[in-house]
Amino acid sequence: MSAPAQGLAWRDRRRRAVNGTMLTLTGVAALLTVVPLVLILYHLLTAGLYLAEAQGSRLANAVRFLTDVMNGIPSIVIGIFVWAWVVVSMGHFSALAGGLALAIMLLPMVTRTTEEMVRLVPREMSEGALALGFTRWRTTLGVVLPAARSGILTGVLVSLARIAGETAPLLFTAFVNPYWGWRLNEPIAALPVQIFQYATSPFEEWHRLAWAAALVLIGLVLAVSLAARFLIRSPFKDR
Amino acid sequence: MQPVPEEAGALAGPGRAALAAAPGRGNLADRVYGAALVAMGLVIPLLLGFILLRVGISAWPAVREFGGGFLTSTEWNPVEGRFGALPFVFGTLASSLLAVLIAVPLAVGLALFLTELAPRWIAAPVAFGTELLAAIPSVVYGLWGIFVLVPWLRAWVQEPLANTLGDSVGLFRGPAYGVSILAGGVILAIMIVPFISAVSREVLSAVPRVQREGALALGATRWEMTWQVVLPYAVPGIIGAVILGLGRALGETMAVTMVIGNRPDIPTSLFSPGYTMASVLANEFSEASSDLYLAALMEISLILFGITVVVNTCARFLVWRVARRAGR
Repeated sequence: MSAPAQGLAWRDRRRRAVNGTMLTLTGVAALLTVVPLVLILYHLLTAGLYLAEAQGSRLANAVRFLTDVMNGIPSIVIGIFVWAWVVVSMGHFSALAGGLALAIMLLPMVTRTTEEMVRLVPREMSEGALALGFTRWRTTLGVVLPAARSGILTGVLVSLARIAGETAPLLFTAFVNPYWGWRLNEPIAALPVQIFQYATSPFEEWHRLAWAAALVLIGLVLAVSLAARFLIRSPFKDR
Repeated sequence: MQPVPEEAGALAGPGRAALAAAPGRGNLADRVYGAALVAMGLVIPLLLGFILLRVGISAWPAVREFGGGFLTSTEWNPVEGRFGALPFVFGTLASSLLAVLIAVPLAVGLALFLTELAPRWIAAPVAFGTELLAAIPSVVYGLWGIFVLVPWLRAWVQEPLANTLGDSVGLFRGPAYGVSILAGGVILAIMIVPFISAVSREVLSAVPRVQREGALALGATRWEMTWQVVLPYAVPGIIGAVILGLGRALGETMAVTMVIGNRPDIPTSLFSPGYTMASVLANEFSEASSDLYLAALMEISLILFGITVVVNTCARFLVWRVARRAGR
């Protein structure tokens, strides 16, 4: 990383640095959280559904337990795992690897919240559907799931907000990139990693940038969390 | 964190029966659906196994080279290829235990306050504020730690203590750098207080009304009821919450890395710098120059993985047991 450019007036230099940095980091942090979502979309609902459906079965209990275990894995271990698996095989850091690491962290979180939300749907709904002649899969996919939809969405948003602030999984996967870029094949910048870099650097100006970036990050995380909780109302939540 | 749930919700009962019946009889679509769900559910255990395998394979050269001595040696010499994990294991355990020591009175006190004492108009915003604290990313805590907490600790806590009690109390001796095991412990404590307090609140509200009202009916004051009836009933669950918080603190990387001083030695006092397993991984992983160095770091991540899994499992089991007891 180079120090800020010399030869410009102090005010211009600072403004340019701040604007450029904020633009890069915000946009890219957003990209990095979309990739995981896409990667695990197919799995989001289904694993949670499995746990909610096959209650009581020993396999489901074991899977639930292992999901909780996975929730507790330190994020840096997951980053190291993705490094050993993807980065080494690809030969370079990439946004894809970073997104994958975040997706692996997202997986157990969303599975559990989906399961909780599907459980909240009252029994009468599915029994009514079954009584009307719906088959099993139609009941779940056509009746129960839409009923749990808003709760699941809340869970997804809250989990996304949590992983948006994660640094450790990105340190060795997406690495750093001082430029704007959308390509999945290259390293990519992310707010938390940049905050870490700037905060531990010897430059005073970078410290200030770190504080600004932290403000942006907190703003993003809190905005998403609050929006998830207050804007999306599940009809079954407050019973 | 949730207990193993009894059958509840729309998909219990008939769902389970239908799913069980699906393989042999029933609609083809239902069978395919059931099988697909099971396949999806198995992704997580398989992924977990894959993670273990991959990290284990990468760690094997170091395991073969150092054997059990890895856990007892304090030497961390990348140049000569001699590695020992003891300072890091010690640093992780010490900072986490310190964090728990600081956090538990605060968190349990907060939970008690919110469930027993606080009127509605205080309880709601305070609870909300605690949730917000939990949502703050850990780098931001680290940033605040470097520029606010550490200078404050150095000026107002470490220097006075080192100057007055430094010679008599071993824990307070040594130069007061600021970055230290103490700073690591304090910042971890701040990070786990919301977590422990949230779980404790759940546990405390799960204490059945019957117990509370019985105590009051027998003439106990509110304090006596809380201290002698509610709390003992909730203690296993609270211990579970504390251990869960410990599990969180063990795996915490960024905030600790930024304030703990990062020196690979076993700290001799509260004020000396330390090094945790997660911190050494964060700092040195991208600079590991030799294969053995990398393998040693992989072995450290394996140890970290193992410790967090064990701690989390014990915690969940405890919380589950309490919830089950309260449900009867």
